Amino acid sequence: MPNKVPITITVNGRSHSAEVEPRTLLVHFLRETLNLTGTKIGCDTSQCGACVVKMNGVTVKSCTAFAVQADGAEVTTIEGLADGGNLTAVQEAFWNNHGLQCGYCTAGMIMTVTEIIERNPNPSAEEVRAGLEGNMCRCTGYNNIVRAALAAAAAGQGG
Amino acid sequence: MTTRIFGSGIRRREDPRLITGQASYTDDIKLTSMVHAAILRSPHAHARITSINTDAAKASPGVLAVYTGADIEGVLNPIPCAWAIPDSDLKAVAYPAIASDVVRYVGDAVAVVVAENRYQAEDALELIDVGYAPLPSIINPEAAMADGAPQLHEDAPNNQAFHWVAAGGDTDAAFADAAVTVSETINQQKLIPTPMETRSAIASWSSAMGELTLWNTTQNPHIARFVTCLVTGIAEHKIRVIAPEVGGGFGAKIAVYPWEMITAFCSMQLGVPVKWTETRSENYIATTHGRDHVEYVEMAADANGKVTAVRSVVYAGMGAYLSTAAPGIPTILHGLMYSGPYDIANITADVYGVFTNSTPVEAYRGAGRPEATFLLERLMDKVGDAVGIDSVEVRRRNLIEPFDNNRDVAIGITYDSGNYSAALDQLLGHIGYDQFRHDQEHEREHGTLRGIGVACYCEICGLGPSQVAGAVGFGGGLWESATVRIYATGKVNVFIGTSPHGQGEETTFAQIVADEIGVDVDDVEVIHGDTDITPMGWGTYGSRTTVVGGAAVALTMRKLRDKARVIAAHLLEADEADIEYEDGQFFVRGARDRSQSIQDVALQANVAWNLPEGIEPGMEASTYYDPPNFSYPFGAHAAIVSVDPDNGHITLDRYVAVDDCGPQINPMIVEGQVHGGVVQGAGQALWEGAVYDDNGQLLTGTMMDYAIPRAHLVPDIEVHSTETPSPHNPLGVKGIGETGTIASTAAIYSAVMDALKPLGITGLDMPLTPEKVWRAIQASGYTGNGHGHDHGHDHGHGHNH
Repeated sequence: MPNKVPITITVNGRSHSAEVEPRTLLVHFLRETLNLTGTKIGCDTSQCGACVVKMNGVTVKSCTAFAVQADGAEVTTIEGLADGGNLTAVQEAFWNNHGLQCGYCTAGMIMTVTEIIERNPNPSAEEVRAGLEGNMCRCTGYNNIVRAALAAAAAGQGG
Repeated sequence: MTTRIFGSGIRRREDPRLITGQASYTDDIKLTSMVHAAILRSPHAHARITSINTDAAKASPGVLAVYTGADIEGVLNPIPCAWAIPDSDLKAVAYPAIASDVVRYVGDAVAVVVAENRYQAEDALELIDVGYAPLPSIINPEAAMADGAPQLHEDAPNNQAFHWVAAGGDTDAAFADAAVTVSETINQQKLIPTPMETRSAIASWSSAMGELTLWNTTQNPHIARFVTCLVTGIAEHKIRVIAPEVGGGFGAKIAVYPWEMITAFCSMQLGVPVKWTETRSENYIATTHGRDHVEYVEMAADANGKVTAVRSVVYAGMGAYLSTAAPGIPTILHGLMYSGPYDIANITADVYGVFTNSTPVEAYRGAGRPEATFLLERLMDKVGDAVGIDSVEVRRRNLIEPFDNNRDVAIGITYDSGNYSAALDQLLGHIGYDQFRHDQEHEREHGTLRGIGVACYCEICGLGPSQVAGAVGFGGGLWESATVRIYATGKVNVFIGTSPHGQGEETTFAQIVADEIGVDVDDVEVIHGDTDITPMGWGTYGSRTTVVGGAAVALTMRKLRDKARVIAAHLLEADEADIEYEDGQFFVRGARDRSQSIQDVALQANVAWNLPEGIEPGMEASTYYDPPNFSYPFGAHAAIVSVDPDNGHITLDRYVAVDDCGPQINPMIVEGQVHGGVVQGAGQALWEGAVYDDNGQLLTGTMMDYAIPRAHLVPDIEVHSTETPSPHNPLGVKGIGETGTIASTAAIYSAVMDALKPLGITGLDMPLTPEKVWRAIQASGYTGNGHGHDHGHDHGHGHNH
């Protein structure tokens, strides 16, 4: 058996300690060890962005990070966004604007759009589209994802 | 008067679980004692298996079992094809779940490993030693039928899977008499559907009960159960198929694959639940592809551009085996649609299904109809050029006149209703067609390469009358069912046989219910995707769920309303004939203070303390709805593109869609379906294609290499509609799921050819990648000055190199 490595990762505000094989991907640790299955695997090659989570404040593709790289880190997944029943402005905007169909890319989309707006609270449609370059959706044609992002940004501006 | 819920763009009722990460897709599900399977796949496109040694794999840590083709022999029957096109000499070749002697494409299963976890299973795959004697392979479907081509199946000479001809009128005579004939060779490239969720299955076998539960990423759980019964030999009532959340399908989750049958086999052998989930690269070789036609097509017209005939010879690649519905796609769903929205008196479709050493082909969004639309629109442009009239004018001269109840077309089918010119007119207004043509003249003088493309379409949807399904060889019915239960509390469950996976019917069907009996939409929950719970249905494809399944729901509600009326009359001590219904209330005519709500009635029906004689307790009804005809949505789409002559890059500047799906239950969902479909169709025109090398290796085997559209590559899609109800559907609805891909590939391709027209470029194979376009521009002698003159303007394009 490969040697296991002890790690401690804070996920959605809770600290988790575990022993993992060094090759364990962060996304597998989240999904298989912590049972946080909201984060998805879409491509295995870091194109599609279904696996995007936030690590120490920035988005990462969790299919392309080892769990050991997240040792000591603070990770936020889709399950950690809503505060109790209160959706974030981005989640609400995805719902209001039909920004999802099958829902499989949605967790990654919401994580990425959240970061786009954090970095640029008033993005243009072009800036949103550029920011989504690493997230793929096969259902929506991106139209309503862009709408949702702009609506969420407007909500954040009090608009 | 409140706003009618039918027709309201309310936000979706399935979304809260999806935006919070609480939805469960197949791979999210874990069962006690569950173990993991990984499948070893052939690295060769065609080879004889000379030996397999699994000893090292079996000894690998965590491995519970390794099975090969020899192990399934006599246990798993071959995978059946469910669409045996009649009168086509169809070769139902053996399709074993695991190959034991010959592998016929890269991706064919050779062995399966079951281990305690997935990492261990994949480790062990690498320890299986398979000896292969490579055989020559063939990928192109036309070349596969040539003399001397490598042969895939002994019982399918020349790799011919079937030969199907459909004709109406006298096509040869029409061509002989034509003032104008045009022809084209069209390469409908092989596409990879790429739903964001790859395929996955969990099989759980109970030996004590002899029961199999199969969680499966499928668009049609009841068909999956039926086929699982045929392959495993387990009786149908002992199989439960569950389609949990399904992450997109686009046709790729119609087929019943060997992989879930292998997963079931493993569970039955080991007595524990087994999960199998594809990697993306595995999905690209093992999950079905779409399109893959080589087409020789011709159109005949008179001197005014009135089309008199269309004919084709089509080589449709089937891949190495016949997938579940594959033979029906280039035939019934393609050849029968050669009239499109046009009045064409003479039509012949001549289609060969061909085995090739590639991943099996299935339905892919639009399935046959995008190919039919593309060839009609391509030829229509050529007829316009040949007779010297504008591409819109030539279409207008050929559109079928408006009709509201049945119109026969030459190939032998009957359209339900249509107003094709209204959609075209609206489109031209929105896109500003005349202004564009005016501006384009000036732009061309300066060498700017901008073009416009228009595509008119009519599609066959709402599949379909079961008698027709039987007559065309479909191995099942195409009706749908619904069971609706109103509880004592007035809350409603709707159980449907069909199985949406992103299309939003948990919302739209609740809207139908709310509209029909006046309950709040939030009091309705739609249940689907579990064969133990839901009544039989044939699944979600062919834009049929709302058309056929929605009709079943509406008719069920009307039955319940009728029953409620009887009970209300009894409770109100009035004659049934004196009861009026409005917005969920039953009134005594002329005494509106005497009323019973549907909730009051539901409570009384469920407790049954005081029911009229002969009325059964409960508030439940079912409908099995078999549509009398298909539905025929239609519309017109337009694209405006710019081509950068410096690098061949195409920019999609604008896209306008006008679609007619009849009355819209939820316009926001309809619009979303159009957005997604249009962008998928753009993918075929501009970026996507399964590329194989000469040895049958898939070169576009990851999402790094296979280019699905990304956000920054597409504009906002402008969506409009007309409304022509289907006369035969209880709701008048026609279906919207596939219109986008059916029209957009043709419209965008036409726009690019229009942009390149001044250069004398008359045709390029899809996808229109920058390199291909740049090379064509280079070869054309383009100088960047437009018409050979230098006007001294700089538009940022068109400098000579």
